This record gives sequence, structure tokens and C-alpha cells, in this order.
Amino acid sequence: MESFDETELRLGLPGDGGDATVAMHTNGKRGYDETVMDLKLKLSSNDQDTKNDQDKKVFCSVVGGGCSVNPPTKAQVVGWPPLRSYRKNMMSVQKKSSLSRHEEVANGGGGGGGAAFVKVSMDGAPYLRKVDLKMYKSYQDLSDALGNMFSSFTIGTCGSQGLKDFMNESKLMDLLNNSDYVPTYEDKDGDWMLVGDVPWE
Amino acid sequence: MFPEEVLEHVFSFLTSHTDRNSVSLVCKTWYEMERWCRKRVFIGNCYAVNPKVIIKRFPEVKGVELKGKPHFADFNLVPEGWGGFVWPWVVEFAKGYPWLEEIRLKRMVVSDECLEIVAKSFSKFRVLVLESCDGFSTDGLASIASHCRNLRVLDLRECEVEELSGHWLSHFPDSFTSLEVLNIACLGSEVSFSALERLVARSPKLKTLRLNRTVPLEKLSTLLQRAPQLIDFGTGSYSAEIRSDVYSSLKDAFSSCKNLKSLSGFWDVTPAYLPVVHSVCSQLTSLNLSYASTQSPELTKIRLVVLDCIEDTGLNTVSMTCKDLRELVVFPSEPFVGDAEVQLTEQGLVSVSQGCSKLQSVLYFCRQMSNSALISISKNRPNLTCFRLCIIEPTVPDYLTLEPLDVGFGSIVENCKQLTRLSMSGLLTDRVFEYIGTHAKNLDMLSIAFAGDSDLGLHHVLSGCDSLRKLEIRDCPFGDKALLANASKLEKMRSLWMSSCLVSFGACKLLGQKMPGLNVEVIDERENLNSLPEYAPVE
Repeated sequence: MESFDETELRLGLPGDGGDATVAMHTNGKRGYDETVMDLKLKLSSNDQDTKNDQDKKVFCSVVGGGCSVNPPTKAQVVGWPPLRSYRKNMMSVQKKSSLSRHEEVANGGGGGGGAAFVKVSMDGAPYLRKVDLKMYKSYQDLSDALGNMFSSFTIGTCGSQGLKDFMNESKLMDLLNNSDYVPTYEDKDGDWMLVGDVPWE
Repeated sequence: MFPEEVLEHVFSFLTSHTDRNSVSLVCKTWYEMERWCRKRVFIGNCYAVNPKVIIKRFPEVKGVELKGKPHFADFNLVPEGWGGFVWPWVVEFAKGYPWLEEIRLKRMVVSDECLEIVAKSFSKFRVLVLESCDGFSTDGLASIASHCRNLRVLDLRECEVEELSGHWLSHFPDSFTSLEVLNIACLGSEVSFSALERLVARSPKLKTLRLNRTVPLEKLSTLLQRAPQLIDFGTGSYSAEIRSDVYSSLKDAFSSCKNLKSLSGFWDVTPAYLPVVHSVCSQLTSLNLSYASTQSPELTKIRLVVLDCIEDTGLNTVSMTCKDLRELVVFPSEPFVGDAEVQLTEQGLVSVSQGCSKLQSVLYFCRQMSNSALISISKNRPNLTCFRLCIIEPTVPDYLTLEPLDVGFGSIVENCKQLTRLSMSGLLTDRVFEYIGTHAKNLDMLSIAFAGDSDLGLHHVLSGCDSLRKLEIRDCPFGDKALLANASKLEKMRSLWMSSCLVSFGACKLLGQKMPGLNVEVIDERENLNSLPEYAPVE
């Protein structure tokens, strides 16, 4: 193997001597530029003691503190693993939609990717409703919305106080464009749900 | 000496570019003969030559194939705006090749203006294949649809298209009936379904139809009924409420496709609908389920693309049932998660290598590997031509012995004498490159990441791999010495990419001076010059 001599060209920032950016080892081998290593190399989380020494020199001494430092997460290594972006994105989209499918199954079915639908019932109301929790930023918001939702079953003003347990037929009819009937469906749990809370998709 | 007519007739049987290139080197007469009858020209690196030179040398060309950005552009290692613009080529072709029929581009930037020029300049234009291209919108597609009266092929493979409107399809006139291939799988937004249906209905020669994700499952049977002659079909979204009428019309539609050989698509799979394809399974040669995160059914095919959800058990089934399998691709379902729940290990690949005697090509993502597994694979399948292994965590050693994977990959190159493409991963020292330099005499393309200890590694590869034409390296401690010592080798290669290695700017300058035939390019994204790709022209 050829030996490296002193006149070798080195990596460096323009304008500096170059030494600052190259970690040199006593055996004459080059190491990585420290910044590059931090950004680009995912350190193996395997037991470092059993790694052979050469590799330790190349990887560990440059990333100050040795390989026992918490390795960067995979996301920090640019372009690794070598997958096209559409495939990387596609998987996370699929995951999200399958995740929300699970949530919806747990909540009694329904569509809509990425939402968090929860069933809401009010004693005495003829059917239940569904709310997307992600639409609300606080309990107050949610409470107000619920109040609105069930206002057709009350008289008087809506709000978290003053919900009353009886039907208000005229308000209900107003709500549903003056039709006498309300479209509902029976879900897995045997509850009657108002059609329309969960988006068609 | 044969008369020209005889030579020309003989040359007409030569379709391979390498053969034609060789023929043109025999003597001046053959060079002249060959250049006048070359109908298809392939330029593997669009910066290797000026379009005017091509047009001057090959006046009778009907089809052009061009490649632009380096392969690592697929993984975001090449900065935006780097290049690969097809514009200068299209402008010259419009002047020099008025009878051009086919354009095939890979990793190039194609603007709407380019597409408009293509649409308006070539009256006999028939084939447009854009693979991994970007820079254009649906307006550009509308131009092609409006003006290319004789179009046979519109194949958009994994392109990034700016989607302004789904109505570009309607620009194909009612009199347009020549379509044979339509691949719009990469489009994210809706295309006009009625326009699509009418187009399919009036295209009796349609052989390939690959839909995009927005075409709902419920509408598939409508399309399939209009095109029972299809050979290659890509579904759209494969998800719907389970309804018996939808199920049975789908089943009938698939059964009537007697010529179907290839299936793909299957986004968002509702597993209950998978059995509708069983009637065509036995005739399939290619099945791509890489968007379906379910376990795949037992099917015989030649090319199988799946997710790691297939697990070792699924691959074991494949090894027992898919005796004609030539190509296996296994993508990771969760590439950014450290510990996978999916039970896919090196075992799956070992099983397939044991059971599938015709296996030639592998692309496999997994989380663990051992030298013994690699040795088994190489001994089971010495006929491998393409072996690409990606162990998801970089620099991971043999999980059994904790040694580097040098010996394993060494065994691959030693036993698989016809290997032309190799991608490696895991913990690798200079030793693996010594094996590669010694044994991989037919290797055409090598991809390396996070491997090696010193310049010696690179030197072994450049000095030993006689057939090497494409080399891509990232994050390896390879520097100036090996590069400069093997400068003449670079002239015989198509391209060399090095990023995050130890090559200095000075060495690049020196290389450019020493080898004027080389295109040496340095990309400097940040202040420190540690991203250095170089391109060598085709000889």
C-alpha cells in the first residue's frame, strides 16, 4: 500500500489552512470532515466494542465523543436509504390513511383520511353525531361545537349550559331544510348516526 | 469486400447500440455505412456530446434516447437546477430531424415549451417516454395530445408533473385512434374520467394502460370492458366498500382480459378485492404490489415487486411457487423506523435464491444480513446479473459475527461471474474492493455508500473492474490519489459520481487538465467543497 506523503492535497474551507476541517489520525489515515460526519453519517447502533479498530478510527474519533453518542435519526442522513421521494412520501401517506382507518374502525366506521372522528351521544336525542377532534383547538371550542350540534334538541340559546333533554321539532326541521325526515344510518355498534358528519371521502 | 447493399442489410439486424458503436470502429467505410443507416441513437450522458454533432453524424435517425441527471439525483443528492435540460436537444432535433418518431428521456428536465416544440415539429411523432423527468405540466401534455396525430406511446414513468388541469386528455381529438401505451400512474390529481373512457374505447390497439391513484376501483370494470385486449394493466386506487356488484363486475372484467401479462397499481388495497385478479394470475409474468401493504397472494410470475410486508414466510411461498421468477424487488414499508415490526430478514432472500432457479435480478431492502447468507445466495444463484442490497442502517456488520460483510459480497462477485450491476451496503472495508477488483470483470455499474477505509479501495475498483462504466460513490474515504492514478480509466467510463468523499478541488482541477476529454464538474452547495461529481464521456 502506498504511503501518504506530506504534500497531499486536502479538503478545506476556502481561505483557511485546511487543517481545521480535516481530522488526521496518528497512523496517517484521513478522517472525515467533522461537519460532514455530523450531518451525513448515521452511526450504527450496534455494540461498538466489537467493531474493529480501523472503523472506530474512521467514524468514531471524528464525531466528537465516540460512537457512544446518540446516533442521528435516519431522517438526518440525506438520500438514505436510497428510495425515490414519491415512494418515501407514499408510505407515510398510506400509513396515515391506514392509521385513520383504524381510528375510524374503533370509532364505528366512516371515511376521511387523517381525521379523528369520535362518536358523541346526548341522552334522549334520537340519533348520535360524530365530531372530528382535529377540528378543535380547545375544550371550549369542542364544547361550543357540541352545543351547536345538539341545539336542535333544546329550546333556548345554545352553549355548554342550558342543554335540555327534549326534542324541538321545528328547530330540527329548520336545520334540515324543512324536510320531515332526517337521513340516518345504523353503525356497527347499533347506534343511529346522522348522515353527513363524516365526509363522503 | 461486401457491396454496400449487403453491408447495409447486415447492419439492419444490429439493434444494440454497443454493437453499432463497435461496427463503426472497424474501418472508414463501415463507419460511413453505419452512420447512414443508424435509426436509433442512444446518448447515455447528455453532456457527453453536442446535439449538432449527433445530427451531423447520424442523419437518418428516427428515435433518440437521452439520459440526463446522475442516478443519485433520485435520492436528492443532486441540487435543484443542476441541469439535464432537454431544451437544446429538442431545438436541434426540430431543425435536423423533421421525421423524428421517438423520444425517450430519463432524468431530464423537460419544459412545456419543449413539449410544444415536440408536438408541432415532428409530423410522424409516435413515441414519447419520459422516465423520472420533471419540469413540465399538464399543459405540455395537452400540446402533445392536440398535435401528435400518430401518437402510439405516451409513457410517463415516475415523473413529477405540475398538474394544472385534468382535461388535457380531452385534447386528443375524436379521430385519434392509434394509442397503444398510456401510462399516467405518476399523476397525482384527477384526470377527466369520461375523456379517459372515450379514449380507451376508441383505441383498439391499446396494450398498456396504467392508471393513476385517483381512478376509483368502482370504475375499473368500465375501463377494462372497453379494453379486453390489454397486456399490461395498472389499476388506480384499489380500495372501496365491499359490494357484491362491484366485486362481480370486476371479476368478470379481469377474466375477459385473456392477454393480460402484467399487473401493477394497487394503491390503498382493500384485501377483499384482491381475489378478482386470481383468474389472470396464472398468465401473469409481472406483478407489482409495491403499493399494497398486505401480504401478496400466491401467484406465478417472472417479475415480482412487493413490500417487505410479504415477510420471510411470504418469500418462502414465492420460492416454492414462482419457479419462473427472474426478478425480485422488495421495498421497505417503513424505511425510517429503526426496529421494524415486519418479519423480513436475510432469510427471505436466501429462500428465493434456493427455490427460484431463474432468478437473475435482485433489489432487496432489509435490516440485517450475514456473510453466510450472502455466500449461500451466491452459491445458489451463480447466474445473478444484478444484485442490489440495501441494509437500511448504514455500516451495519454481519449480525451473527459482527464482522464486516466483505467476505459475503466477495463471494457474490466471485461466484456470480455474469454480474453486471452491484449495489452494496453494510459494514465494508477495503477488502471488499479488493475482491471486486479481482473478480468482478463483467461489472458495468457499481454503487457504494459508507464503505471502505482508504484510497486503496477505490484504486482496486478502478484498476480491476475491466467493464466498469458507471460508478457512484457517497460518503466513502476515497480521495485524490486513487482518482489521479486511474485517470485514464475514467475516460473509458460513462460517469463517476463522488459525494461526501475526500476528493479535493485541486485534484479535480488537475484531473480536468490532465484529461481534456473528461468533463469534470464540481458542485459546491456549501462553502466546503465536499460534493464532487464527475462525468466521463462515452468513447
